[in-house]
Amino acid sequence: MSVTTLSSPALAQRQPSWLVRLFDYKPFLVVMCLAPAIGLLAVFLTYPLGLGIWLAFTDTTIGRKGIFVGLDNFQYLLTDSLWWNAVFYSVIYTAIATFGKFALGFWLALLLNNHFPFKSLLRAIILLPWIVPTVLSALAFWWIYDPQFSIISYLLVDVLHWRTSNIDFLGSPWPARFSLIAANIWRGIPFVAISLLAGLQTISPSLYEAAMLDGASSWQRFRYITFPMMMPILAIVMTFSIIFTFTDFQLVYAITRGGPGNSTHLLATLAFQRGIAGGELGEGAAIAVSMIPFLVFATLFSYFGLARRKWQQGEAND
Amino acid sequence: MRNDITRRDALALGLSAATVAATGVAAHAQSAIKAADVPAPKLPIEKGATLRMLRPVRFVQADEDVFRANAAKFTKDTGVEVKVDFVGWEDINQQTAVTANSGAGPDIIIGFSDAPHIYVDKLIELTDVADYVGKRYGGWLPLAQRYGKKNKSDTWIGLPFGASGGPLVYRKSILQSVGFDKVPEDHAGILDLCQKLQKAGKPAGFALGNAKGDGNGFANWALWSHNAALLDEEGNLTINSKETIAALNWVKQLYPTFIAGTTSWNDVSNNRAYAAQEIALTANGVSLYFSLKKDPATKAIADDTEHQLLPKGVAKISPMAGLTLNAMVFKHSQYPNAAKAFLQYMLEKDQYEPWLNANSGYWAQPLAAYADAAVWSQDPKVKLFKDTMNSTYYDGYAGPISTATGAVSADYVLIQMCASVATGAATPEAAAAEAEQRCKRYFRRQK
Repeated sequence: MSVTTLSSPALAQRQPSWLVRLFDYKPFLVVMCLAPAIGLLAVFLTYPLGLGIWLAFTDTTIGRKGIFVGLDNFQYLLTDSLWWNAVFYSVIYTAIATFGKFALGFWLALLLNNHFPFKSLLRAIILLPWIVPTVLSALAFWWIYDPQFSIISYLLVDVLHWRTSNIDFLGSPWPARFSLIAANIWRGIPFVAISLLAGLQTISPSLYEAAMLDGASSWQRFRYITFPMMMPILAIVMTFSIIFTFTDFQLVYAITRGGPGNSTHLLATLAFQRGIAGGELGEGAAIAVSMIPFLVFATLFSYFGLARRKWQQGEAND
Repeated sequence: MRNDITRRDALALGLSAATVAATGVAAHAQSAIKAADVPAPKLPIEKGATLRMLRPVRFVQADEDVFRANAAKFTKDTGVEVKVDFVGWEDINQQTAVTANSGAGPDIIIGFSDAPHIYVDKLIELTDVADYVGKRYGGWLPLAQRYGKKNKSDTWIGLPFGASGGPLVYRKSILQSVGFDKVPEDHAGILDLCQKLQKAGKPAGFALGNAKGDGNGFANWALWSHNAALLDEEGNLTINSKETIAALNWVKQLYPTFIAGTTSWNDVSNNRAYAAQEIALTANGVSLYFSLKKDPATKAIADDTEHQLLPKGVAKISPMAGLTLNAMVFKHSQYPNAAKAFLQYMLEKDQYEPWLNANSGYWAQPLAAYADAAVWSQDPKVKLFKDTMNSTYYDGYAGPISTATGAVSADYVLIQMCASVATGAATPEAAAAEAEQRCKRYFRRQK
């Protein structure tokens, strides 16, 4: 008995090539599709972050390669009153500015969610502080706060005669700190307002109609419908807001450069001052790295604290 | 008759026109500068050489115009193309750091005062050129030697091109109205004057904010005029001393006489306050006077303005350092001879004198012979700036210049020490101790 088989060229024609088979192999395909993204992340995110963390453990300066010094930079920072001052102000700055931005931004979002003439135009105007480059905003505030030429002082002293001397906005620590916080709030309101407005518009009007039929007051509608339904977007927006505020640099550096008397240094401005202007790259990197625990804590707190599903359902915390 | 104008003639004409426009001084007219007949160093220019350089952006337009014209003349004479980039004052340090660390980029950078000392390992020696131009033009002035030479040696690592001083600027009529012809040289007298100016409603104002030039200038003056210093000659930290405490106590007394807001002042704040007639006394470069003089609206203020060297206090001479332009050539340059030849060319009389004149006194010469340049006799109120580089004071006085001395200045350590005492945020003792701690950190690797 003879067995007939297909000739090998015919077999080759039917079987796909190794390349085709490779691309049909799902795990390989997944790796290939993800590789560009992973490569980009590695080059533009992981490498700089890793380098920054590595530098924090060295005594590198500008113009001189450093050696590994372990925790020396961090130990020094713990004894450095300016670092503690920057930690203190970074927390205060973030807390007050975030609260201010959310209070005013939420209020503005609720107003903009109503029907009124020229609504679109007004929404566009609200965005202005957000789209102006930060440095330009900072320069504008620098003029507004100028000890000799402030427009606010001019109005109060020369026009309204409510004061006899100019306001020294930036000449002493607390007024300078609050002046910067005010500038940050002004700049951050549009982001919060527009984001929350988008969230408000996702709430079904039928919920409000049902509540009104039940006789709910406007406060009750806000308390039991708007606020819980907004929690997820509030959590996300607050997380971003905390990160942006805590890592703020341009406003502070352009207006006060950390003065007077180093009282307005945020961790970001202090890191730049030490690392770039002062040339202590290792120490500057250590200051930047020291921001990470604060950011992680604030992010986890705002995200998990505010995003609890039971809150959104109006139930008690567990 | 033929009237051919060569490219070189055109360049020279353009150069002269720019100089005349800026200062009223013709580029080559009746030069009084003497140049000794000294053999130039042999610098065979490499075949196919091209050069790239960075320098700080011009303060007056004529600075850039004449500098570019001089570079073009060098190209015409030698065939070496030179690309000159002008960068912001705040950026030059970072760009120098990148160039030094990466070993790539410009062949030449004109940085500020202490830059060559920070990147000394990356630079080629310039001693041959420095010796030549020094002998040819009457010798290098003290500040030029301090910033140009490697510490405790005769090796030149930088070639200073000029320095800008920051003396006192005051309104003569206002000082006279409170009983002074000029600012007293002693601390008690200055305090008395400032108190009277404040009572007259035209106070003094000195930058106590994070101002690189004016803030550091005031802090250094306060310290140096009390014989206090960051370091001693051996490089030991001496900032926490009884002299520093005395200086800080004086600043504490002086500060309430200032116009409000000086702790937030940056480098332009005193210019604006003076121009707006809010203050009658401050410290600044010649730029303030020139901006007032050029504007018809403020010409009267310029006419009433006088300059005076920073008062000595208990120091022997006026304690005023100058912000110095300092040229470096990097080891990574493929054409070191061309680079050195270019710098030498730019410091020669035919190029340097028109450039100096074009700057209207903003930059003062590093070489003694250029004190005879016409710019110093054009306006008596500018003459005082002529001797800026005769100063024996410098950033990091009285020790060796290093990365750390530059960092102390860049990190505003001394300004913040003064500001914290002035505002009552710290006692003089506490502020001096904190400054010492910060300085120790910067100086920990200098020994």
